[in-house]
Amino acid sequence: MSIPAVEFRGITMRFGATTAVRGIDLAIDQGAFVVLLGPSGGGKTTLLNILGGFLEPTEGRVLIDGADVTDVPPAKRPTTTVFQDYALFPHMTIAGNVSFGLRMRGVAKAERDARVARALEMVGLGDTALRRIHELSGGQRQRIALARALIVEPSVLLLDEPLGALDLKLRQQMQEELKAIQKRVGTTFVHVTHDQEEAMAVADTVVILNDGAIEDIGTPERVYLRPATRFTANFMGANNLIEARVCAAAAGRVTVETPIGTFDVEGDAQAGGRATLAIRPEHLHTEAAGARVAVGSARVIEAGFFGTHHQCVAGLDGLDAPIKVRLPQKLIPRPDDAFALYVDPADMVLLTR
Amino acid sequence: MSDVRRKLPIVLRNLPAIVYAGLIYGFIFLPVAVLMLFSLQGSRLPVPPFNGPSLKWYVAVFSDARVMDAMVNSVIVALVSSLVSVGLGFLAAYALARHRVPAARFIQGFLTAPLTVSYLIIAMGLLITFNAVGVPKSLATIVIGHVVINLPLCFAIIYSQMGAHQANIERAARDLGAREWQVLALVTVPMLWPALFASFFLAVTFSWDEFIIAFMVSRFDVTLPVEIWSMLRSGLNPKTNAVGSFVFIISVITVLILEFVVFRRKRT
Repeated sequence: MSIPAVEFRGITMRFGATTAVRGIDLAIDQGAFVVLLGPSGGGKTTLLNILGGFLEPTEGRVLIDGADVTDVPPAKRPTTTVFQDYALFPHMTIAGNVSFGLRMRGVAKAERDARVARALEMVGLGDTALRRIHELSGGQRQRIALARALIVEPSVLLLDEPLGALDLKLRQQMQEELKAIQKRVGTTFVHVTHDQEEAMAVADTVVILNDGAIEDIGTPERVYLRPATRFTANFMGANNLIEARVCAAAAGRVTVETPIGTFDVEGDAQAGGRATLAIRPEHLHTEAAGARVAVGSARVIEAGFFGTHHQCVAGLDGLDAPIKVRLPQKLIPRPDDAFALYVDPADMVLLTR
Repeated sequence: MSDVRRKLPIVLRNLPAIVYAGLIYGFIFLPVAVLMLFSLQGSRLPVPPFNGPSLKWYVAVFSDARVMDAMVNSVIVALVSSLVSVGLGFLAAYALARHRVPAARFIQGFLTAPLTVSYLIIAMGLLITFNAVGVPKSLATIVIGHVVINLPLCFAIIYSQMGAHQANIERAARDLGAREWQVLALVTVPMLWPALFASFFLAVTFSWDEFIIAFMVSRFDVTLPVEIWSMLRSGLNPKTNAVGSFVFIISVITVLILEFVVFRRKRT
């Protein structure tokens, strides 16, 4: 087993009376693309700043490539950062910006020029070296910031909401490019965002932070399809959470009783206890098929067309709160239309935390 | 009503504004214009009728060793005191903008407070202090006096230009391996260049024609305004007009350089 690229050991960060990060233990593998995801104030940016050396944790140690860097200033750490506002040097040319880190490391001019040309080539801006920052668009500045940070070949690249200032189309394009560049250079990327779609698009591993602690950690598929907690189930995409009572539990199978029926689902729980059943809107179907079981009849309250599907809010028999349903593209739901709904119990997620 | 207004030629429509502006500019610039006009006087008295133009008084000024000495002194005092003011003002602004300093608000207020104190009071205070401490009056004491009046100004201008966005850019430089002095030299100072330049040239113009402090804390080496004052004691003379015009022209040139360099940069 290799040494992790990054290791947080018992990191706690307090600002006066508020605790931003509480006792985080986390290891990040070499070459991974990890996204720290969470709502504002969840502690993700604080954790990134601790990794970059801009904040000193109140408690705990930070290791990079096995070496304790807790007391090492940012300039001496094998990390570089892509800042949210890019923080490019406005008084320098593009080449001046990109070569800055090499200059600080005393790399000779000829080698610097060659590496700047390669770095600009990598981000697709090979012909801009002598231009000035203010001549570039937002997306181009983003790429320059990426080239400037990657040129010094850091062990870990930190990305602090790097795509936040871009419009949707450009953001999606940059997500693909980030992922491709990360695959090419093989550097460990630690990326902070509050956008769960962005997280799923780029990450190998998603770490969900809430209230300064890790809620869940796993591949995007695992975190989305099998969330570990109620918070994750709600935060990652749309979900319907239904209160349930555990009737019987045995060997990874649990029978739960809910207002919309009794189901036999995967999971672990104490018999007689309370639990929550999470059902994704896209797992509610209007046709019975395979292992799907009926969950009752839904009456449409509101519906909107999203291109690939119709998103509906509907009342379901037995539930007080309305549920979210994804109906097929071609089916046109109107308020007060009624549909029988079916769910495969394999798609239901039992949550006890 | 508005139709009638629109039909009037633009000059007539704006006549009140033009007259008002003319009066204001006349009030401000007429004394200077008169001063400069009579510096070109052909006869011995700078009073009407004007019988020039003649440059003989300028020739007299530039061949007067005392005036030339005073001018060199003025240039030295202006450059040295402005450099010191910008240097110290920048360091103070950097400390207060970038580091957590105890009682920062108080220090900031205290630094800018001399702006509200009259030059006469500052001059008296300096005179008493220099006497008490036993510092002889010299060009150095004038430099100190001009740093006292220009440091608050330089600090205020530079501090106002140090925003949070620049702090993040400095952070990026540190992140890329720059040491503290490299951050200052390669990022902070170049980014603040317009503010540093502006405060330097403002300090130069203030020092160049400052009289009261220079008069009270100097003895044998005097600056140009003090020399002009001693020339005036022997009565009005077109030569004083010539040297006064010269002081004014240098100030105008300094302000023009400032405008040209700083504001042209901002526009790009």
